[in-house]
Amino acid sequence: MVLTQQRNIVTRTWGSSVGKKFVMAVTGVIFLLYVIAHMIGNLKIFFGRETFDAYSEHLRTLGADIFGYSGVLWIIRVVLIAAVVLHMVAAFSLWYKAKRARPVGYQHKGHQGSYAARTMRWGGVIIALFVIWHILDLTTGTVNPDPAGGAYGKLVASFDRPVVAIFYIVAMVALSFHISHGLWSGIQTLGGNSAVKQHALKSFSIGVGVVVAVGFAIIPVSVMIGLVR
Amino acid sequence: MSELQQEPTSVQGEGRWLLGDPIADDRAPDSPVGDRWSDRKFSARLVNPANRRKMTAIIVGTGLAGGAAAATLGEAGYHVKSFCFQDSPRRAHSIAAQGGINAAKNYRNDGDSIHRLFYDTVKGGDFRSRESNVHRLAEVSLNIIDQCVAQGVPFAREYSGLLDTRSFGGTQVSRTFYARGQTGQQLLIGAYSALERQIAAGTVEMHPRTEMLDLIVADGRARGIVTRSILTGRIETHLADVVVLCTGGYGNVYYLSTNAKGSNVTAAWRAHKRGALFANPCYTQIHPTCIPVSGEYQSKLTLMSESLRNDGRVWVPKERGDSRPPNSIPEEERDYYLERQYPAFGNLVPRDIASRAAKNMCDAEQGVGPGGLGVYLDFKDAIGRLGRHAVEAKYGNLFEMYQRITGDDPYEVPMRIYPAIHYTMGGLWVDYDLRSTIPGLFVGGEANFSDHGANRLGASALMQGLADGYFVLPTTVPNYLADGPFDPIDESHPAVVEAVEATKGRIDKLLSANGNRTVDSFHRELGQLIWDQCGMARSKEGLEKALDRLPSLREEFWRDVKIVGTGDGFNQSLEKAGRVADFLELGELMCTDALHREESCGGHFRVEHQTEDGEAQRDDENFAYVAAWEYGADKPGGKPILHKEDLEFSYVHPSQRSYK
Amino acid sequence: MRITLRVWRQKNADAKGKMEKYKLDDVEEDMSFLEMLDVLNEKLVLADEDPISFDHDCREGICGSCAMVINGTPHGPQKNTTTCQLHMRHFKDGDTIDVEPWRARAFPVIKDLVTDRSAFDQIIQAGGYVSVNTGSAPEAHATPVDKVSADDAFDAATCIGCGACVAACPNGSSMLFTSAKVTHLGLLPQGQPERQTRAISMLAKQDELDFGGCTNVGACAEVCPKGIPLASISRLNHDVLGATLTGARAD
Repeated sequence: MVLTQQRNIVTRTWGSSVGKKFVMAVTGVIFLLYVIAHMIGNLKIFFGRETFDAYSEHLRTLGADIFGYSGVLWIIRVVLIAAVVLHMVAAFSLWYKAKRARPVGYQHKGHQGSYAARTMRWGGVIIALFVIWHILDLTTGTVNPDPAGGAYGKLVASFDRPVVAIFYIVAMVALSFHISHGLWSGIQTLGGNSAVKQHALKSFSIGVGVVVAVGFAIIPVSVMIGLVR
Repeated sequence: MSELQQEPTSVQGEGRWLLGDPIADDRAPDSPVGDRWSDRKFSARLVNPANRRKMTAIIVGTGLAGGAAAATLGEAGYHVKSFCFQDSPRRAHSIAAQGGINAAKNYRNDGDSIHRLFYDTVKGGDFRSRESNVHRLAEVSLNIIDQCVAQGVPFAREYSGLLDTRSFGGTQVSRTFYARGQTGQQLLIGAYSALERQIAAGTVEMHPRTEMLDLIVADGRARGIVTRSILTGRIETHLADVVVLCTGGYGNVYYLSTNAKGSNVTAAWRAHKRGALFANPCYTQIHPTCIPVSGEYQSKLTLMSESLRNDGRVWVPKERGDSRPPNSIPEEERDYYLERQYPAFGNLVPRDIASRAAKNMCDAEQGVGPGGLGVYLDFKDAIGRLGRHAVEAKYGNLFEMYQRITGDDPYEVPMRIYPAIHYTMGGLWVDYDLRSTIPGLFVGGEANFSDHGANRLGASALMQGLADGYFVLPTTVPNYLADGPFDPIDESHPAVVEAVEATKGRIDKLLSANGNRTVDSFHRELGQLIWDQCGMARSKEGLEKALDRLPSLREEFWRDVKIVGTGDGFNQSLEKAGRVADFLELGELMCTDALHREESCGGHFRVEHQTEDGEAQRDDENFAYVAAWEYGADKPGGKPILHKEDLEFSYVHPSQRSYK
Repeated sequence: MRITLRVWRQKNADAKGKMEKYKLDDVEEDMSFLEMLDVLNEKLVLADEDPISFDHDCREGICGSCAMVINGTPHGPQKNTTTCQLHMRHFKDGDTIDVEPWRARAFPVIKDLVTDRSAFDQIIQAGGYVSVNTGSAPEAHATPVDKVSADDAFDAATCIGCGACVAACPNGSSMLFTSAKVTHLGLLPQGQPERQTRAISMLAKQDELDFGGCTNVGACAEVCPKGIPLASISRLNHDVLGATLTGARAD
């Protein structure tokens, strides 16, 4: 067996198509954990303005005696930004490799693979665009009608615009698809799948995707129907 | 072999062939049969490891024999050039073998032994094989299983983790190792992966999509081959110190057979025309349980495991030409002819008998399905007795395959089956060392005639291919190379130039005919003729008819064949045409051989030679020999020349078979 | 049956190809797909036209030669069936059928429907074997193999190397092929010493040959005529992950 194996774990990982998928799987798991925590935090909206704003503030004071005000939040943000960069660069790299691998396409297009699996790339792009909007809207307040309204105020003000609420819900559907395939795919990539477990793992991933989407989308819906004011 | 150059002594068979001098194997040691192989291994000369890479071995074919030989000689350090016409060595037709591989391991403690496997194989071959070779085959069978397991061949296992075996082909011991219904594939992948490992190591140079079109014999030795690249059409020469042909059988002479579409006799036939004797061409094996022909367009026949006859009942309507659907033919109007004719063995009679009985029924116009060429294999009773579930567990995959091809559901409607050509026992004549009559030309696997006599037992083909490839050739080829390296020759050698010119001339001639008939139409006509006259039952009259027709068919072919396109590029019609041209010549030799062999034995059934109750009648007095044919069309007399190798049976004494 | 075929015709590797239309009036239900093409080819030859080139050999679904994308699906509409075993009864009178070659940079078109799949051999050369020389094998019963592992290894070993997985994969990846071999040998005790190096070597070769990377879409397993499970890829990933973390190497 002739082998020119790179000795450095970073180049070893990044140097193979599966290594890049490891990176995507690990970063994907980071997002997923973040997204779930974010969703649980969001649901505090149903406990009223004070609880929600206090939760928002608590995020900034968490561990402040060691990391300073917003320190932990910034650490999380940096980790997330690093993860998103790695996730996207790996994805683009594999996308490019895929394009290269089939220079001439089919005249008659086939439809193998699930919808969620086939739409991972564009779904990912939509989610990325959404996240940018989302930060401008609810974090920095740049495009928010009530930039000084606090966490609760910004949220209600934003979802009072039906177009924004619908965009948000659509993005959550895309996120749900992304998780439904991505979670299972990550487990498969990390070597955790087997013929026996496959069906259960796929169902589990779809379940997580649906729960996350519902958990997020319930808020704009509640604003639209007036449950949250 | 200089003795072959002598003038033939007499004209035989109304001038259809000439009788030459007898030949004999002078390579098997004189020791007791059980010691011969170890004695031969010890007496075989060795090659210094440092000299091995200076020697080039050409191996044509990458099936079990060729793939295994190339890998093994590569491991030993020789420079190997391997050739196959397929796009990958993994696709050689050994891959399609279903049943299993025999080995005398006696893991079952059921009385098996090397001697018993030897005995069964000689007897199964209807006493027309060479005892020395068969005994070696039985000995080596043990090593084959060890080797394959070490390569990672996933044989069937029991819950103990040990290898499972089953009984196969009517033997009383359970010695067949298997990997579900695709043992051939798994063994071939084993040999293929060993070959690929050597390719990576640089000892084997692989030439896929390359077809051997001629043998180069220079100064009395086989020194290379002429090939055509299937991709570019380029004619190339490859020179070496030794040439090994492992190019499979010639069943496709019948057009319809269970062989792959590409399987052909060209390499062997070219070697024959260059001086190698062709032995026992009329020994062909017919498998009784194939899916019948459904129309003129039929391109090949598919075999279904013989195990189906364990539970299926074979029948035809009693009434001639009864065209009612099978399920509406009442019980009393059915003829369970195997059970009627062979009450002791019933539906489980050996392959040749079951095949012939089906043919007799169809000849009597009792056949069923399109063209009346089929008989029913009915599982109704088995389903009633065992339940559908049990039948499904046993035969589910076969039923599925049948349904996929025919569209009929065998759980509801009886299967239709018909015999088909499946294996050819004949092939190039070789001695104990697998040397042909051309020095430096070795032949392994189905391409040689050596081990199966007139009839091959189930699960023995894989055994022979691997025995030749892994163990026999890697011992005997170096023995020959110990005299090498031979004087280098180059492309300007007259023998090389002549072979290249001949090859190019043949291709040009095929392309320039520009006639009115397709290659396939000639192949179909040839196949039908050989099937009718030299198939399951042969007669003097029929064989003579075929022999009279074949020269004119061949002449028509060269005059009227139509091939579109050119020779310098990918041209599948041209490839086929070259192969059919050789089949047209081989067909004639088969019929001559069948005509000359005035007895019935194994796969060769002459209607004139049968017992009162229609069984094959051997004539050991006059025909206990190998018929090795010398190509004679280019020699004085212009007829094939018969050389006889007398067979001696010192350990297994000939007896008549009976299955009544 | 009357069938209209639209077949990819391409004279040679360098030529530009296109879909050509052929009408057949006398297709029978019991014909195999390849026999239907045989019939068409005989007509083409008699009409002095170049017959359609396609790879085929055993015609019983085991050699892996035949390779056509039929109406967008490698090997056509019937599950677990190679092109050679697909029969015309699965189509309707009047159907139009599109036939194209495998599409992948690693499988360049040679002519019409024939592609060069030698890249698969190269992947095997990179490690798809147990390094055992002839004659050095221990007695077959020396190492028992539990039946479940033996059966699972067999399931992976049924791969016929046809390349349908690559043809179907939106990424043009050969992961199912590579993983089938890695799974087959990795499940057997004989394959253990080289398990991790085999996985990374074969993967590296696959990447080098311009196959795409796997994104677990699963199209490969859907079209695989031998039903190789998608989970084989997970096993390959597992071995690659182990090798990546430990830095396993064969040199």
